Amino acid sequence: MSSAPAVVTEGLALSYGSPSPVLEDVELALPAGSSLCVLGPNGGGKTTLFRALTGELTPLRGSVRVDGRPAYLAQTERTRLDFPVSALDVALMGSLANGRWWLPARRSDRAAARGALARVGLEDRADVRFGELSGGQRQRVLLARALVQDARVLLLDEPLAGVDPASGERIEALFRELRDEGRTLLVSTHDVDSARAFDRVLCLNHTQVAFGNPSMALTRAALEQTYGDEIVVLDDDGSGGPVRAVTVQHHHH
Amino acid sequence: MDLLEPLQSGIERRALLEVALLGGFCGALGYWITTFRLSYPAESLAHGLLPGLVLAALAGVPLLLGGVAGVAVAALVVAVAGRDPRVGSDTATAVAVTGSLGLGGLLALSPDAPTRLEELLFGNPLGVSDGDLIAAAILALFGCAALVALHRPFGAVALDADGARALGIRPTAVRIALLGLLAAALAVAVQGLGSLLVLAILVAPAVAVHGHVSSPGRAMVASGATAVVAGVAGIYASHLLGTAAGASVALALCLAAVLGAALPVRQAGRNGGSPPLRSRASQ
Repeated sequence: MSSAPAVVTEGLALSYGSPSPVLEDVELALPAGSSLCVLGPNGGGKTTLFRALTGELTPLRGSVRVDGRPAYLAQTERTRLDFPVSALDVALMGSLANGRWWLPARRSDRAAARGALARVGLEDRADVRFGELSGGQRQRVLLARALVQDARVLLLDEPLAGVDPASGERIEALFRELRDEGRTLLVSTHDVDSARAFDRVLCLNHTQVAFGNPSMALTRAALEQTYGDEIVVLDDDGSGGPVRAVTVQHHHH
Repeated sequence: MDLLEPLQSGIERRALLEVALLGGFCGALGYWITTFRLSYPAESLAHGLLPGLVLAALAGVPLLLGGVAGVAVAALVVAVAGRDPRVGSDTATAVAVTGSLGLGGLLALSPDAPTRLEELLFGNPLGVSDGDLIAAAILALFGCAALVALHRPFGAVALDADGARALGIRPTAVRIALLGLLAAALAVAVQGLGSLLVLAILVAPAVAVHGHVSSPGRAMVASGATAVVAGVAGIYASHLLGTAAGASVALALCLAAVLGAALPVRQAGRNGGSPPLRSRASQ
């Protein structure tokens, strides 16, 4: 693992146009090839942080530095399902990152897109309409698009939400491969238990509650401050170390 | 009827050429207008540009200039009205657009108005000038080139605006480019089809092909071809039945949309199937 930081934020505060921040005091440094789990309640600032890392949101205060242009995987329900494109077409969109958007895709781009689909285990679904794939398969196609983009940093917004177990295993295996290649992964999730498998954990609830390795960040105090009454701690040995917990979702639509 | 009969008349030859040129581009553009859910803004711009057309007619300057100025002012009015938080953007836009139509009518019905209001409202493809045809040809040429160049950014933003942004595509810039093409199409097409009916050539062909095509590229080609065929059929129908040409073209286009919507969509399978336009989608 290289020690050069791939993502750094210093005193970061973010807002959507208003002078009062929706997220503040985010202080991160992630080495290349590491993985970060971002935990927090709905509206706690997970997606807002990702928007700052993609450059969409300009910081209200503080700074953001990312190694190259990060790939971003929105929650799959934010993609449009009635748009007539195939899985291969979606993977091929990754080659737009080369900046030559006005030119048709090259033969080498197509080869890269097919290769990426093979890597996510969907080479035989290349011609299927994106909207007809299962949620897990769509997430894998979006991951293939990120592979074609060849980004050093990947931002994944709840990539395992609503994903079938087979796709979930495939995606998690791919996460390990990507880290081994020196890519940096930032994954937001509601699954507190899965956070233990990451190198670092960041807890957000309008501010940075905790950041560090899982044993430091997944404490009862930090989780209760992050989730409030949405957290149920299952197993706490009293040592102050990492605990097992689940979140109880209160969805507001 | 002799199929070549309308071609023997110079007037009808020009009308056929006009609807073919406009149909090819506007039909293809209309696929993206409907995909990005811009039909209502398009209608607002088309109706809101009427005062520009009438003022150009009153001043004796080319109607194209009036169309361009009218669409620019209408865009501004719609943008300002759409920000009104009190009654909601749809209602504010409806009031602003109806006001523009009323202003256009008021000006056109003044005693010294030279051009008949009905031509500006309902169009008259049989009355197109050489200048109109040249404008339509330039629009078709540059417009289609722009659609080819913008094809990939349009698709990336239509599928997933956040993901497209991470690929370096700016969704706002893409939408502005699409609105710019829409404004150009309206300013030119309104000469032949009128302020009230011009929307038919932009929206109806896209509705006709929706659910019957397997890719955005094919949808654009099919939509453009549908617009050309329906537009030509409208001119023929007008010739045969002695009906108003602009209205006949608009009705033929809308008939194509009804037929397309009535046909069963492609079976869901390896390539096919498409949920209806109103199905959920990210904005």
